[in-house]
Amino acid sequence: MEKRVVFRSSWLPYLLVAPQIAITVVFFFWPAFQAIHWSFLIQDAFGNSSQFVWFQNFQDLIRDEAYLDSFKVTAVFSTLVTFIGLAVALVLAVAADKVIKGAMAYKTLLIWPYAVASAVAGVLFAFLFAPSVGIVSFALRAMGVDWNWVLRGDQAMLLVVIASVWKQISYNFLFFLAGLQSIPKSLIEAAAIDGATPVRRFWTIVFPLLSPTTFFLLVVNIVHAFFDTFGVIDATTQGGPAGATQILVYKVYYDGVKAADLGSSSAQSVILMVIVIALTVVQFRFIERKVQY
Amino acid sequence: MVENRPVLVFLRHAVLLAGVACVAFPLWVTFVASTLTLEQILTVPMPLVPGDQFWANYSQVLTAGSTRGAAAPVGQMMANSLVMALAIALGKIAISLVSAFAIVYFRFPLRNFFFWMIFVTLMLPVEVRIIPTFKVVSDLGILNSYLGLTLPLIASATATFLFRQFFMTIPDELAEAARIDGAGPMRFFWDVVVPLSKTSMAALFVIQFIYGWNQYLWPLLITTDESMYTVVIGIKRMIVGGDALTEWNLVMATAMLALLPPAAVVILMQKWFVKGLVETEK
Repeated sequence: MEKRVVFRSSWLPYLLVAPQIAITVVFFFWPAFQAIHWSFLIQDAFGNSSQFVWFQNFQDLIRDEAYLDSFKVTAVFSTLVTFIGLAVALVLAVAADKVIKGAMAYKTLLIWPYAVASAVAGVLFAFLFAPSVGIVSFALRAMGVDWNWVLRGDQAMLLVVIASVWKQISYNFLFFLAGLQSIPKSLIEAAAIDGATPVRRFWTIVFPLLSPTTFFLLVVNIVHAFFDTFGVIDATTQGGPAGATQILVYKVYYDGVKAADLGSSSAQSVILMVIVIALTVVQFRFIERKVQY
Repeated sequence: MVENRPVLVFLRHAVLLAGVACVAFPLWVTFVASTLTLEQILTVPMPLVPGDQFWANYSQVLTAGSTRGAAAPVGQMMANSLVMALAIALGKIAISLVSAFAIVYFRFPLRNFFFWMIFVTLMLPVEVRIIPTFKVVSDLGILNSYLGLTLPLIASATATFLFRQFFMTIPDELAEAARIDGAGPMRFFWDVVVPLSKTSMAALFVIQFIYGWNQYLWPLLITTDESMYTVVIGIKRMIVGGDALTEWNLVMATAMLALLPPAAVVILMQKWFVKGLVETEK
């Protein structure tokens, strides 16, 4: 896409892009290159000297049990957050799609969690599920569940998944609702006249036509689970117990800031960048494909 | 509705009400806890109707903070969050607007190069480059300052794309007419482009205000001085570890204060919010 009518100036456009380019270079490119550079170095404990070690940091990571565990934890966590979040939001959107009475009120009441910071969502759920004082823990104990996420890894995972899903549902809901409302009514009416039940109409017409939205949300939710959930984890489990909820981003932070292992943390950053780039490419190829519809 | 099935209508409302209840339950418990004394919360199970400590708890956190965790007043933190959210939202809009204008309305060497430079930043979220970015900010000497809190988060590929996309839809005749009337590019920018972009700006403002207000990792790294904490960081610092030690009534009052401004923005500006959400992601 190009404009036919343009203005001419030898200096003005440079002045106009300068602020953005300057910030991009100083706070994006320079740090990214530093991360790549540091990922090839090993520093001594005092940060006085460093040695160029080629790919040793990466090799160490591949052999590191804790890092491989973190990969597994991230895979489990992002799969659960993505699928539960999408499924719940889809059910709500399908229910909201044809509601006439109170449609606006339902929508408003369902979208506000988008405004809640991940860390605040984490604090809310940490309180609800607090082993000794939490009200949900009380109900769980009354039902005979031995609830203590501070000690039990699977329950800690469940807690961070619930908090992250709670925060993400509003986003998925809005996009599914928009997708549902763009499906032509005539298709559904035709199927109804042919005698298809609502359930059958959903699976043979609505769900396939919704697939572009679903795929888009799938990528966005994976990215969300990878990066935006840092606040949830830090406010609740802090990666524990025993690394059971230590997702990759949390490990980069922990190793770099708390353990001050720059080389390893930078190598992990580089691996994460590769993952983000792959996800972004997938997302954009999909969008290109959708334009041809 | 294609056909009339009362059972289905009932089911829809039941599902929606259950959804609303699940979404609202944490908020209700938070609100109730913020109106109780700590002793009331520690009697398990805590009551689910509001108590009478509303003013006591909220004035305590706003003016003094918690007594066991961070003791900074939340009022100051709210002000910090507001400055940060406004600076990020307005800063992003300003620099993206001018750079998109340059990229759409001028032909100049390196134009595509600059465009790709901005594009690539989409792929580098703060979370993956925290430590080197921290080092840059520390070398510049802007730790514990509003500049350090906001500047690294201001560059935004999404906002630039949104404006570029929008500028492409402005009819060429407007630029032609402006040129014939002898208006320069900046005159055209101020008198035509900016007024036409108001809708996009409003939508973007809502999304970026929430983004700025809710930042967590970045302020956590660069603010060590209590007077620079944002409210989201402040809550975290009030939790001292150990269920019974934390002053949950004050933490929950702070949580309410932290989530109300962005929630109000979403609910009051719902139309812009939905528009902004859909446009910035596509």
